[in-house]
Amino acid sequence: MRYAMAVDTRKCVGCSDCVVACQTENNVPIGFCRDWVVEVIDGTYPQLEIELRSERCNHCDNAPCVRCCPTGASHIVEGGVVLVKPNKCIGCGACIASCPYDARFPHPKGYVDKCTFCIHRVREGMKPACVAVCPTKCMYFGDLEDPNSDVSVVLKKRKYKTLIPEAGTKPQLYFLI
Amino acid sequence: MATRRQFIRISAMGAGAVAAGAAGIRLFGSALTDGQKATVAALTGRTPTYCEVCFWKCAGWVYKDEKGTIQKIIGNSEDLNCNGRLCPRGTGGVGMYHDEDRLRTPLIRTEERGKQSFREATWEEAFDYIAEKIKVISAEYGPECLALFTHGSGGKYFSTLLHALGSPHVAAPSYAQCRGPREVAFQATFGETIESPERTDIRDTRCLVLIGSHIGENMHNGQVQEMSDAIDKGATIITVDPRYSTAAGKSKYWLPIKPATDLALLLAWINVIITEELYDKPYVEKYTYGFEYLKEHVRNMTPEWAYGITTIDPTVIRETAREMANAAPAVIVHPGRHVTWYGDDTQRIRAVAILNALLGSWGRRGGFFRPEVFELPEPPHPAYPTPTRSWRTEFPDLYKMADAVLANGLCDATIPDPSRHCQFQGWIVNGTNLIETLPNQANTIAAIQALQLLVVIDTMPMEITGWADVVLPECTYLERYDDLRVGPHRKPQIALRAPAAEPMYNTKPAFWMARELAKRLGVIEYFPFETMEEQLDWQLKQVGSSLEEMKKIGVKTFDRPYDDLYFAPDEDVEFYTGTGKIELYSLALEEAGYDPLPKYTRHEEPPEGYYRLNYGRAPMHTFSRTSNNPNLTDLMEENSVWVNPRVAKEWGLSTGQYVHLMNQDGKRSEFPIKVRVTERIRWDSVYMVHGFGHDQKKLRRCYGKGASDTNLITKVLVDPIMGGTGMRGNFVTFITDLNAEEVAS
Amino acid sequence: MNEELIISGRENLMVDPQLHIWHWPIPLYLFLGGLAAGVLFFAALYYLMGKEEQYRTAVRRVPFIAPIALVLGLAALFYDLNHKAFFWQLYTTIRLESPMSWGAWTLLVITIASFIWCALHIREFFPKWDWKYRWLKDLESFFNRYKKPLAWVMLIFAIITGVYTGILLSAFNARPLWNTSVLGPLFLASGLSAGAAAIVLSSKNREERLLFTKIDLIILGTELFLIIHMFMGFLASTQVQIEAAQLFLGGPYTMVFWIFVVILGIIIPGVLDLMELGGRHIPALIPGVLVLMGSFAFRFVFVFAGQVSRWLY
Repeated sequence: MRYAMAVDTRKCVGCSDCVVACQTENNVPIGFCRDWVVEVIDGTYPQLEIELRSERCNHCDNAPCVRCCPTGASHIVEGGVVLVKPNKCIGCGACIASCPYDARFPHPKGYVDKCTFCIHRVREGMKPACVAVCPTKCMYFGDLEDPNSDVSVVLKKRKYKTLIPEAGTKPQLYFLI
Repeated sequence: MATRRQFIRISAMGAGAVAAGAAGIRLFGSALTDGQKATVAALTGRTPTYCEVCFWKCAGWVYKDEKGTIQKIIGNSEDLNCNGRLCPRGTGGVGMYHDEDRLRTPLIRTEERGKQSFREATWEEAFDYIAEKIKVISAEYGPECLALFTHGSGGKYFSTLLHALGSPHVAAPSYAQCRGPREVAFQATFGETIESPERTDIRDTRCLVLIGSHIGENMHNGQVQEMSDAIDKGATIITVDPRYSTAAGKSKYWLPIKPATDLALLLAWINVIITEELYDKPYVEKYTYGFEYLKEHVRNMTPEWAYGITTIDPTVIRETAREMANAAPAVIVHPGRHVTWYGDDTQRIRAVAILNALLGSWGRRGGFFRPEVFELPEPPHPAYPTPTRSWRTEFPDLYKMADAVLANGLCDATIPDPSRHCQFQGWIVNGTNLIETLPNQANTIAAIQALQLLVVIDTMPMEITGWADVVLPECTYLERYDDLRVGPHRKPQIALRAPAAEPMYNTKPAFWMARELAKRLGVIEYFPFETMEEQLDWQLKQVGSSLEEMKKIGVKTFDRPYDDLYFAPDEDVEFYTGTGKIELYSLALEEAGYDPLPKYTRHEEPPEGYYRLNYGRAPMHTFSRTSNNPNLTDLMEENSVWVNPRVAKEWGLSTGQYVHLMNQDGKRSEFPIKVRVTERIRWDSVYMVHGFGHDQKKLRRCYGKGASDTNLITKVLVDPIMGGTGMRGNFVTFITDLNAEEVAS
Repeated sequence: MNEELIISGRENLMVDPQLHIWHWPIPLYLFLGGLAAGVLFFAALYYLMGKEEQYRTAVRRVPFIAPIALVLGLAALFYDLNHKAFFWQLYTTIRLESPMSWGAWTLLVITIASFIWCALHIREFFPKWDWKYRWLKDLESFFNRYKKPLAWVMLIFAIITGVYTGILLSAFNARPLWNTSVLGPLFLASGLSAGAAAIVLSSKNREERLLFTKIDLIILGTELFLIIHMFMGFLASTQVQIEAAQLFLGGPYTMVFWIFVVILGIIIPGVLDLMELGGRHIPALIPGVLVLMGSFAFRFVFVFAGQVSRWLY
């Protein structure tokens, strides 16, 4: 099993619903977020291109945050999902510094927090909150090893990219372009 | 106005509803009062609601955590407005409930207006105060001198109260400050309005044309969803906007038009479609009136003519016209929503309507469908007294096509003037922050200062509450029942709003407030049910459901009485216009003394060193009402002014720098605003998101964050046809020398 | 013009607008760890070379700095933890992939070793010291017997500690400025030079002072070489590392790096050392303090600038 997410940058309108949905689903404190939206503008008026990306933890196959964690609080569960055990985390910040995507942050309670791919929902057969709420349906989630999963199907059809693949992290968040 | 659809239904299914209505009149204080009083405490699991953060009113479920605190709201998958997916504001609606700056208790003013000194009062005191004033005003000036300004569900009850007292003056700024011109233009052309949610069949369109409409930034949920579906299906999007909007970024064609010249482009498109004979000939022949006049009218309005005005390449104008025609009838030239721009807005939207008619998209799949509204019996009550005076008499020869009360009209007619017959003396303002909603703030404040009574009902201490005599704190939509949401949509549907929690603090639902006032004003018979639950249960039982059922399902969908979502082939359609046809040439406009065919008029251009002030929406905020919502402030806490790099270079501006804006009349923005240097905006305009720059200190999270566009809209271009307040004729310049402490504060 | 911006208002504490998860305690801890490593390295080395009497200050007296520095360093580290109550979780596992994990264990070992070493030499400062309890006396004689193995442990772990302070940072591929293998040797060198400087500062023996001045000079030269080597590596590398190097070559950290770390921390004390060796009398205080300051500034600048450096993104 290898969970992954694909985000269609052509459909995303940058509304940030994914961010609020995550916040209310996961009780992320106000002022913090586990996902965020990036806008990229290229060109000169009026020859312009826009790219909108809903970003979050890439649940990397080669996750530097898990490697550098001194206590094993950062760990990998089924489907390659990277999680943090709050009661094992000492809040040293090494994993935060190790993430080229800046996907982690210190929770006000001290431990490190991040996107969980809503594993609590996924285990119940639901989609992550951000995917389920997206008004443009621009996000696809599923198991890459299942050729019929939403994410596998869309990745077969469309051109895609990952972020900073050259960092060697083998990210599992795909952006359809 | 009754639509063709409603007509048919009344005659077809008549008996049931009408009989029920008649029977209901004898139900005052009936046996229904007991038995249905389900208490909030008894609610478990999820509670159905429909959203009140914007007018789209998506239905959803409210979930609470183990401690009983409201935690999240999820869309109801049966709901046609949202298909189970709320927008960021709907999802963030929880923040409205949790916002610690909420109004907590009734307030009565203690010093002069605008000084913001209030004392806390009991509900009894507040109601007695209001009732006393209303009695005095009614006796001295007549009840017609009471006006209601409303946006949102609670307005319904105050509207009943006003009508019961004998005033017809219920205005929603959503008309003359927003979509009014569109409704008038489509009414004049097709005999029907666009309504809300819009009847656009975006889901199945092959070509979507957006003119200044920034779907995706305006988060009108169903439309955004359908636009995304259309993108998936490979539909062509054509966007006309001086700004590279998000929608422009998804478009095959983006026409970076010179601001204020859209009508010329529309006329040129009509010209191409007629001269190249791209229009739907059988449709035009069968359904429309005045084609020859139109053909003659646009004869010289060639793409080359439009090029000189709009700066859009004639080849692109032709290409895009052909794209539309290729997709026809599955094409939508979108009528937009906030269309009060330059004062000739009805005429501009008329051109939009004409274009749609030529392409044959009205009544066709992928064009405009026939919406269906669920007919719900209204609670029985005696007939309203007939008002003897109307706001219209105050504006002879003006706004003859206005088919709703103008908020700005009421405001103007409140300012003392010897020529007025009916000077408004009392305002009830429900859920609309008039200070930020009506352009020309000085005018609004002058009107307020002339009032004998200003009652404001809101959940938040918006600016308008600071000017009130009495502030009534409403509980949020998550803490109350309201009327059922009835549509319109592809299928008739009803949605229930039930409270997920007891009202916080000393807040109450608007229904209760209006009813308590009705008691004191001797018009209680207009509120036959003691509680909203009783009323809802009664209404639902009339249509074969019940409150109990609706609490379980939240949304109930019915079948359309007829399979007539689109015109049948060769259907004989009678349009509700004078001629019974689609009026390309509008006889109604002609009769009222307006141009029967839209004409391009040149609008003022910014003077040297000034830039046209364009404003718009951010997907995470609704007007100025969400700017203090903790969840949504988290997404966007202030607006910025978008400046083209060329302009930025000229002024030495850089991203992140704070500036003041000053308009053509010397009006300076109250607070500094952050600059965003971006290619997304033309060099002759600047852009900012509406709804920021709050100067109400009680809004602790958003006070002083960003600048208010309304603040800078002192010049209003009023549409003579229907009174819409055109707000895009203001020009601003930059004031860059800010002192440091101003930015810090 | 190109733009790239977060439009959902992300403002995560200590992460936005740019990473600042590690504050002053971390460079302080790295400096103190490096200093302790340097001090203990020389103590162990000269003890094992049998020069305990000759270089008495280095072997017997200066090591007293080490436990103090280590305890202060660990306190600083602890202070910067966000989830302090769970500190003990560090010592429930050894994770070799995580420099922080084996670093924590290394520090534990070297801190204990340094305490024992100091205990064995406590009479340097308190000649009449008495351990009072029998078991403490037994323990003292036990370690006196095994002083050599203890010195070996200290020597090896001092090197590991010195290198660790650099590797801790260089393991972060996400921060291009840190992500260079030169950082390990460079931090070790910096720690050793701080140790040497501490000895020069403390020693009253001219011979000992001259030796450590020589050593210091060699290490400073090495450091300078490694810094040049590091920049050459950066500039010949990918865009992100070129940009990381730019932080010191015209970027916001240029002044503080070249003035405090290179000129005041390496070149001037190096020149002063040369002058001292050339026979001129230079007050030991000046080069010594400069070296310590340079070593401290070096870690400060590196920890902060490193958090600014990021991938093109």
